[in-house]
Amino acid sequence: MVAPHPRWDHRPIADSAADHAASTRRRTWRLFRQPRDKGPLRRSRDDRVVAGVAGGIGRRFGIDATVVRIGIVLLSIGGGTGIGLYVAAWLLLRRDDEETSLAQRALHDRRATALALALGTLVVFALLVLNALGIWFAASLMWPLALAGAGLVVVWSQADEEERAPLRRVAEHLPGLPELGVRSRRVAVVRTLIGAVLVAAGVGGFLAAHQAAGALREGVLAAAGIVAGFLLVFGPWWLRLGRALTAERRERVREQERADMATHVHDSVLQTLALIQRRADDPREVTRLARAQERELRAWLFEGRPPGTPVDAPASLATALAGVEADVEATHGVAVEAVTVGDCPLDDDLAALVAAGREAAVNAAKWSGAAAVTLFAEVEHEQVSLFVRDRGVGFDPTAVSADRKGITESIRGRLERHGGRAVIRSAPGDGTEVELTMPRRVART
Amino acid sequence: MSEGKVRVFLVDDHHLFRSGVRAELGEAVDVVGDADEVDAAVELIREREPDVVLVDVHMPDGGGRAVIDAVGRTHPDIRFLALSVSDAAEDVLAVIRAGARGYVTKTISGPELADAVTRVADGDAVFSPRLAGFVLDAFAAGPAPDQDPDLDQLTARERDALRLIARGYTYKEIARELTISVKTVETHVSSVLRKLQLSNRHELTRWATERRLL
Repeated sequence: MVAPHPRWDHRPIADSAADHAASTRRRTWRLFRQPRDKGPLRRSRDDRVVAGVAGGIGRRFGIDATVVRIGIVLLSIGGGTGIGLYVAAWLLLRRDDEETSLAQRALHDRRATALALALGTLVVFALLVLNALGIWFAASLMWPLALAGAGLVVVWSQADEEERAPLRRVAEHLPGLPELGVRSRRVAVVRTLIGAVLVAAGVGGFLAAHQAAGALREGVLAAAGIVAGFLLVFGPWWLRLGRALTAERRERVREQERADMATHVHDSVLQTLALIQRRADDPREVTRLARAQERELRAWLFEGRPPGTPVDAPASLATALAGVEADVEATHGVAVEAVTVGDCPLDDDLAALVAAGREAAVNAAKWSGAAAVTLFAEVEHEQVSLFVRDRGVGFDPTAVSADRKGITESIRGRLERHGGRAVIRSAPGDGTEVELTMPRRVART
Repeated sequence: MSEGKVRVFLVDDHHLFRSGVRAELGEAVDVVGDADEVDAAVELIREREPDVVLVDVHMPDGGGRAVIDAVGRTHPDIRFLALSVSDAAEDVLAVIRAGARGYVTKTISGPELADAVTRVADGDAVFSPRLAGFVLDAFAAGPAPDQDPDLDQLTARERDALRLIARGYTYKEIARELTISVKTVETHVSSVLRKLQLSNRHELTRWATERRLL
């Protein structure tokens, strides 16, 4: 049984936020009364939001880490020094369980050093250019941010998976830094740079156009540049977002289908299997149940008819005979196989033919002792023939008991009233075949 | 290995079904192996060279058709009998056209299956009533234009034989009914099978597809 899995089951549980808040509250009461840690300043491994810097400082100086964190945030907002200092501490301080700091490790890794240097100079260069263009804002914020960015690259290159996690989480939500660690990273970086240049140029052009009032063409060009730049930077991210949403919707639809399927399987198939287990000592009943279930499942899978929906009044000979097949099988526990060649709409005459066929099939199921009955109908231009055959005990048509004779007569009479004909062939031990023919009205008129 | 018994190989991805068939065929035939997927089946069949392969129509990686195609290329003497739970006309016709010498549904009884296997081993065709109905229906549409009429139409006798199969008659009963020999009945049925496989009227498949929509 496939119960649909709620998607959130698979997501890592966010660190128990409630616990954390509670312990924070408790610690706030004992502000400055924390036990002071001896020894060098280290980053905390357990008490951390990002890298454990605040946790380490708080522990070393006996201050609540939350207070330290608030201080860092305030320093960051007012001038950006907080972020710069934080990243520096991240790089320079050793974590509890580590022998070397990230900076020490980076020094031994020439690739990382080169990367940090390259990035640092690039950022400085970009800042200088922007400054020279005069489209500058919050210069004091930019410098520490730039250095912090370069530092974070080093952190990324050296830290273990555990430490990278918070960075990764940020990166996933940061457009322009897509697909980190994927083959297309270089493409993404180039694209982002071009996009950023376009935006910058656009803004510059826009400002210039603004000063030289009336330069409409330049203004439009500049605006186009900005749009193109944004598209380059954010476009792929938007696309990914859209794709993710579509995929999610598709997943939901599939989930729905699976749930429907599960419901159906439960309502019918499992119920039938349970019944079969209970009736295991009655092979006839087991066969009947299995055949009925098979038919229902087929109707659902191949004809899209949900179980339990009433079958419409049959419109054609073939559907009518399929109905006879199902009914006789369900009520009498014998296998009935109906084969129809050609098809035509059902009129009164043919309805009589089908009714007579049903009677013949019921008759065979009840009296012949055969496990299977074959129905074969063929639609020809002038007439429709229907054969009902069993391989049961058979009988001598000239010497039949009164009740059986009655049945035979009823079949024959029914047909003859509509201009049809019934022939019954049987011999003891040789099974029985009832041949029913009905001229077609189309042919008569 | 016993002499004279038909050597049979089973290909079906349902384990329960394979063991069921093995048990039902019992002593009547010699089951020389089984496989539950196309690649393994092709390899083992080529190695053991059975007389008849009982193959499931529906399996992953191309189903029975893939097995018939692959083995048929290297071992044209190995004969196939298709088994399926599906009564869908296009499934049945597709597997017959791929080269199976017959088609029976999985609800067939053990003795009947053994009988069908023996008949296929002798080079005859095995038509269930339903398959006979499909074929009559498919060839009823009249000759297709620009076709070889010998391949594209059934003779009156072939039609009679198919009708009787559809009515549930055995070959012996058909022979008696048509006052011909059983051998002649077998010839008729094999000839229908050949027409079914060689006739390239695309209607065969189109007809099958349309019929599902009716």
